This record gives sequence, C-alpha cells and structure tokens, in this order.
Amino acid sequence: MLHLLQQPLAAVTPTRRSFLKISAGAVGGLVLAMNLPRSAALAAEGEFIQPFVHIRPDNTVVVISKHFDMGQGTASGLSTLVADELDASWEQVRVEFAPSNPQVYANTLFGVQGTGGSTAMANSFMQYRQAGAAAKAMIVAAAAKEWGVPAGEITVSGGVVSHGSDKSATLGELAGLAANEDVPAEPVLKTPDQWVYIGKSFPRLDVKNKTVGAPKTYTMDFQRDDLLVAVVARSPRFGGKVKSFDAAEAKKVPGVVNVLQIPNGVAVIAKSTWPAIKGRSLLEIEWDDAEAETRSSDAMIADLKDMTTKPGVKVREDGDFDAALEASARVIEAEYDFPFLAHGAMEPLDIAMMFDGETAEFWFASQIPTIDHNVAATVLGIPFEKVKINTLWAGGSFGRRAQADAHPVVEITTLAKAMQAAGMAPAPVKIVWTREDDMAGGYYRPMSAHRLRVGLDEQGNVTAFKYNIAAKSIVKGTPFEAMLMKDGVDHNMTEGAHDTTYAFPLMNMDQSFQETQVPVLWWRSVGHTHTAYVMETMVDRLAKEAGKDPVAYRLEMIKDDPRKVGVLKLAAEKAGWDTPLPEGRHRGVAVHKSFGSYVAEVAEVSFRDDGTVKVEKVTAAVDCGTPINPDNIRAQVEGGIGYGLGAILRNQVTLADGVVEETNFDTYEPLRMSDMPEIEVHIVSSNEAPTGIGEPGTPPIGPAVANAIAAAKGEWATSLPLAKAGLV
Amino acid sequence: MSVTLKINGETRTLDADPESPLLWALRDELGMTGTKFGCGIASCGACTVHWDGVPIRSCQTFVGDLEGAEITTIEGIDSKAATAVQAAWNELDVPQCGYCQSGQIMAATALLAETPKPTDEDIDAAMDGNVCRCATYARIRKAIHLASDKMEA
Repeated sequence: MLHLLQQPLAAVTPTRRSFLKISAGAVGGLVLAMNLPRSAALAAEGEFIQPFVHIRPDNTVVVISKHFDMGQGTASGLSTLVADELDASWEQVRVEFAPSNPQVYANTLFGVQGTGGSTAMANSFMQYRQAGAAAKAMIVAAAAKEWGVPAGEITVSGGVVSHGSDKSATLGELAGLAANEDVPAEPVLKTPDQWVYIGKSFPRLDVKNKTVGAPKTYTMDFQRDDLLVAVVARSPRFGGKVKSFDAAEAKKVPGVVNVLQIPNGVAVIAKSTWPAIKGRSLLEIEWDDAEAETRSSDAMIADLKDMTTKPGVKVREDGDFDAALEASARVIEAEYDFPFLAHGAMEPLDIAMMFDGETAEFWFASQIPTIDHNVAATVLGIPFEKVKINTLWAGGSFGRRAQADAHPVVEITTLAKAMQAAGMAPAPVKIVWTREDDMAGGYYRPMSAHRLRVGLDEQGNVTAFKYNIAAKSIVKGTPFEAMLMKDGVDHNMTEGAHDTTYAFPLMNMDQSFQETQVPVLWWRSVGHTHTAYVMETMVDRLAKEAGKDPVAYRLEMIKDDPRKVGVLKLAAEKAGWDTPLPEGRHRGVAVHKSFGSYVAEVAEVSFRDDGTVKVEKVTAAVDCGTPINPDNIRAQVEGGIGYGLGAILRNQVTLADGVVEETNFDTYEPLRMSDMPEIEVHIVSSNEAPTGIGEPGTPPIGPAVANAIAAAKGEWATSLPLAKAGLV
Repeated sequence: MSVTLKINGETRTLDADPESPLLWALRDELGMTGTKFGCGIASCGACTVHWDGVPIRSCQTFVGDLEGAEITTIEGIDSKAATAVQAAWNELDVPQCGYCQSGQIMAATALLAETPKPTDEDIDAAMDGNVCRCATYARIRKAIHLASDKMEA
C-alpha cells in the first residue's frame, strides 16, 4: 500500500518546461462566490486558491484543514480526501490550519467552526472530496484549453496531468491557469473502486516534524524576540477571588517585568518562563472564598447519590416502572459513582497573543475558533475582523481545549487589557499553565452517581429497567445549552444509556443536576465515559442472572442492531471467546456505540500475587463506516483504550475542603508503558458513511476490564477508579 | 551566573539563574523548543535529554550544576541508534499528538545505545518514566524493536 505514496514525480520534460513559461505569465487567483480565507488578489502568481485547497507553483498541494489536530490524525485524514479526488501525489501534499471564518469553515454538524464529538471526518467527508474533485476538474479544464485537446482525454495520476504520451504537466504548473476556470457546482466524485488513498494505510503528514522536535509546532513553542511569558496565580478553590496580594518579592526576581491583577487572579509577567514561575511562587495572596466551592469530593458524591434516590428530569419514560416492578419476580439494584477526571494532555494549556490596541492576533490550538474569536473581540471591544487566530498543533486535548467559556482567551485578553492599562508597551504575550495549573484548574469530566433498579421474571428476563443519574451538566448554562439541551434534558449526560438498543421491555431514565463552582467539560467520549461502564457491567450481571453467556446474552438483546451484533461477533471470534483460557486468565466483554461508531472489546486479565489486576490483552472490533485510513483507525482505538484504561485503573481528582488534591502526574498517575496491554484492532469493512474514531475506542474498555475481573471474583466494581477496591 | 557547557557538540555559555531548570534555559534562552515541558517534577519524561549519553529529566536538572556538562537534545541526536529510532518512529507512525515524542525518542535512543537488543522487560524499565497520554505505547514498543533490527542490518 505504501508504494502508492512513493511514486517519484515524473522527470521534467521539454513539453513541461515550455509550459512553465506559459503558466508563469498567467495571473493566479480565483474569485469565488463565498468568502475566501484570504483575498484572491493576494494569491501569488500562478497559485490556485480555493477555501480547502491551494496549489502552489512549486507543485505543493496545500490542504486547508478547518479542524485543528489534537493527535487524532484529523489534518492528515482531511488531506487524504482532497489528495484522492485531486489525484495528487501524497508526497506533494502539505496541510495548514484554516483561519477562523465560520462562513467558510464551519463544522457542518455544529454550525460554527469547531472540532469535537469525533465529527471531523463525518462532517468533512463529502466537503473535502468535493473540494478535491472541483480542483481536479479545473486543472483538467485548464490543461484541455492549453493543449487544445478534449478534457475527457486528459488523465491525472500521482499529481501528473497527461494527454496521451506527449503532453504532461504537474498540478503546480497548471495551478495558475486552473485558477481562472469556473468552479464546478457539482464536481463528479470518484466511486469507491477508484480511490487511491481512501481505505489504504499510509503515513500521516505530521509525523516527521514530531520526531525531530521541529520548532513552531505547538503553542508552548511559540517564540518572538519580544515575547513576554505570564503565569497566573488562580484561586485554589473554584469560584474564589483575590482579596489582596503582595508582589514585592516576586518583582525582585530578575526577568520579572510586572505583576498585575486580572479578574481570574494575579499574573506574573516575565521575559521568559522560568522567572515567571519563580516569581509566582513568591507571591503572597489572600483569597476571598465567599462564593467558592468549599466542599470535599466525598460530600459532593454523597449529595449526588442522594439525588439519585429522588425523581429528576425525565429523560426517557417508556411506562409505569413501579407497576412493572410489582409484577416482577425479583429486583436487582446497583449504585455506581465516578470521580472527576482531569484530561491531562501532555501539553499543558497555553495561549499566545499580540494586542496593539486596535487589532489582536492569536497563536494557539483553538478547538472552537468561532467561540474563541467572538470572545476575544468582545473582551477587547474590537470588531470581529480585527481579530486573527492562527491555529497551531495541539499536544493533546481530549476535550480540554473545547471550552464553551473560552477561558484561556478571556484570561489572556483581560491580561492584555491590564498590560495596556498599566502603561506597558504593546508586546506579544504567552500564558503558560504549569502542570499543576492545568490539573488543579477544573474543567473535569463530571463526577456522577447512578442508581439502577432492574425487574426480572422467574427466568431472569428483564421486565423493567430504571436508571437515575446525577451529575453537573456540561452544557447547562453555557452557549451550548440551546443547541444541546431539549426540554430541559441534557442528553450529553445520558448518551449511551437512554438511547440503548438493548431490548428492555420498559426503560425509564431520570437525571438530576448538581450545582457546583467546579467547572466540568467533555472528556474523551463525554457521557459514554460513565454510561458505557454502567450499562455494560449491568448487562453482564443480567446475563449471569439469566444463566447465560455474556456474549450470547448480548447478541439476543441487541438482535435488532446489526452493526452492534457485527462488532460483538467479530471481537468474540478474534478473541477466541469460546476457547479455554490459560490458567489464571479471565475474560470480559463490552460493546458500545458512540459518535456513530460501534466498538466491541474483549479484555483478558490476570492477577498479580498482591491481588492487583493486570490487563494482558484487548481484542477490539470497530465499525466506523467507510474506513479512511485503517492504520490511523487502529492507532485511535489503541490510544482510546489506553486513555480509558488509565482512568478506570487509578485516576481521580478529589477535593479536600474545595482544594484539589491531585495536581501532577505523581498523584494522578497516568497509564505507563508497563501497564499497556497487547491490543488487536479489527476493522469491519463497510460502505456506510464514515463516523467518529477519536473517542469510540474509550467507552468499552472500562466495563470490559470490570467484567473480566467479575468473571474471576463474581463482583463488579461500582465505585471508580478500581484502585479504590485495592485492585491496582 | 554564567555556565559554560556543551550542547549538541557546541560550546555554549548560559547566562541564567543557577536555579533555573535546564529545560527552560534550552527552550527560552537558546530557543531549542524540541525538549518539552510536561510536568516539571520529573514524572513524565517529556523533557528528557542526554547528559554524557545518559537520559535525564531537564526539568529537574539545574543550570548551576552544569559547568562542563555535555548535553544532547532532540535537535542534536545523530547516532546510529537515534537514526534508527527516528526511522522506526516514522515507519510505524508512532506519534499522535506528538508532544511527548521528543522525550520518548531520547529515552529509546539511550536504551538502544546501552542495550541494542532489548527485551520487553528492558523496554518497560527504560520507558516507564515517559508518559504518553495518547497511549502510543504499543507502537513505541514495536518501534524500539524495529529500530533494534535496523541497527543490526
């Protein structure tokens, strides 16, 4: 498969040299009916510019990615679509991130420019293919005119445009002429059998830079000669405010330029990072906790558990649960609780900007540029057009950079205003979050409590299923509320449960909302992080109650969900579910749909002499529709499993009197090399539309491991992480 | 305070706070941003560099202790092991977000220089200090074995 990418560009022929002269005289640029990311007038001579693809005279094809890339391979994935339809050589393809422009670069599923919910490929699949196909049609039309031959006789392959054996040119050579062609309204797309890249495994575009420590990759690496670096002392308690502070010692640190109060705390501004960090450690600050969260997490969990005993907002109401329970032979009850989780991306939060009093320019990994852009313009009091956002690669996010409140933008813009008010000369400034700032700074996966009551008949069949959940809503009270909540119901919290395809005769679900100052946020797979665990461990238990094999029981209960059946059967077969295990090994299974994709995982565990669990192997099967890049799908499922596994084994953020106790990787111990199981990923071949892959690998791993432990011990862990039960 | 040391074979003078971690001197004073800031407490390995060939955490190595030291960063590795490691990383598309990978590559290079045919246990021992939140561990392991084969070839 790799050979497809290794075709050398054809040697320059005399025909093509003479063509170069012609194209050099052509005026590049193209007027489009939509807003262009930059003015066509600015196009270099001989350059082809469309919103999603630029072709440069040097024969570089630049794909403009409207999505940022936090490691999921999105930028390479979108480039694949363009390269395939354009018939470019993969070696000539580069990728750049789009500017902030919601008219051109909106996520078609969100209506604003933004990345999340594993939607990048799903919403771009047709759009980026059309962009590539349109560019190809324009290239071909230009070549046809130039060579005086019918367009239908021209072929494009590996970035070379040819007619018969005597005429050929590169895409770059034709770019300027193609720019003058009409944009086809409905470009003809390839049929799947014509794809040269889609469905094949080939290298990502960002790997080389990421293996040599290339500069200017991440926000943390942003540098300017006159750059100032700020670190901010924020309230140790969520919702606390500065009462007073003394910066005398901090200001004595060589390199510290100024110390300024901003709404979110006290900023130490220095010529470089270390003096800023050192200066901050010397600040003396008195905090006002009058409006702060001062509870401990144990008290908050107790509050959540209490909420699940009471009626809440009706999420799903199939019928009269109490009557159905009355008619049941017996009832199974379970109570679960999940902790706050930090995202812990390797690159701590950071953001850089320059504000000269009239215009603002930003450099950071903006996950939702439309929100960041609007917030910046609003805080600075300047027009939207006076704000420019340069999106950089993100050193991870897992949801952390997708804030509804754009708090890093608020913080840096209020800092810029404070610097201006203090009479400081305009200068670029970067705010760096230390690991402690990042981890103790909130925006966690919400803690939650779950109460289930399930009625069974004499044979152990489910008669009625009641599920009460309580957590802080991620979206309630944010700009996302209008989009994501309906009739007061937050489906983000209950996704993966209220919409289950398990054929329960009656299922009711209530939700209750906790109020707290602790900010919460989507964490890789959002509601599925807890619902998949609850549903899949409960179903395992129900299989046992019914005296049935966990896989066989599930297949019976999801028989009207063929794609779920497909992945479950595939994972079970590949894992050898029906074959005996070696002594000391135990298996557990889970299957879950999230973000349009279906994933089944079989986990194989053993126990060390001290009773702790070791996850030996995970066999996964995934159906995410048409696979664009199978190797990247495997990478995402491997990573999704590792991310979820670390969390269920030992991660939790706890509060003591409102203060975060786990503030770095020594206490919030991430998954490490020696914890990583062997992972096999099997991909279902499919012609369905492509769906998400960044998140769907994560939800099933927790319950698959818990079910494997239960296969050995007879009990399902209901209070996470597993470390609390002495299993880690 | 002024400290003279060798970085990637070049003699450099650092005029910095002796308490400053080497990490920030590299990144901010010398503009070498390949070495990453991850945790600041030697718990994640993103800042790994070599001191006389030994992998160390530059966030807990201080400028004041570096007189005469020979430091190698991701920007300066060119040994047989390093070349093999980088080639293997590219061949297997190891990085996802990539932020930890400079540190991973520095740790893997040091491992292979010392132990050209590492076992899985050797890899666990050498690499457990390097966190990857994208959990690219399976590919890192595979890439180290591949790099080892490349060195032999």
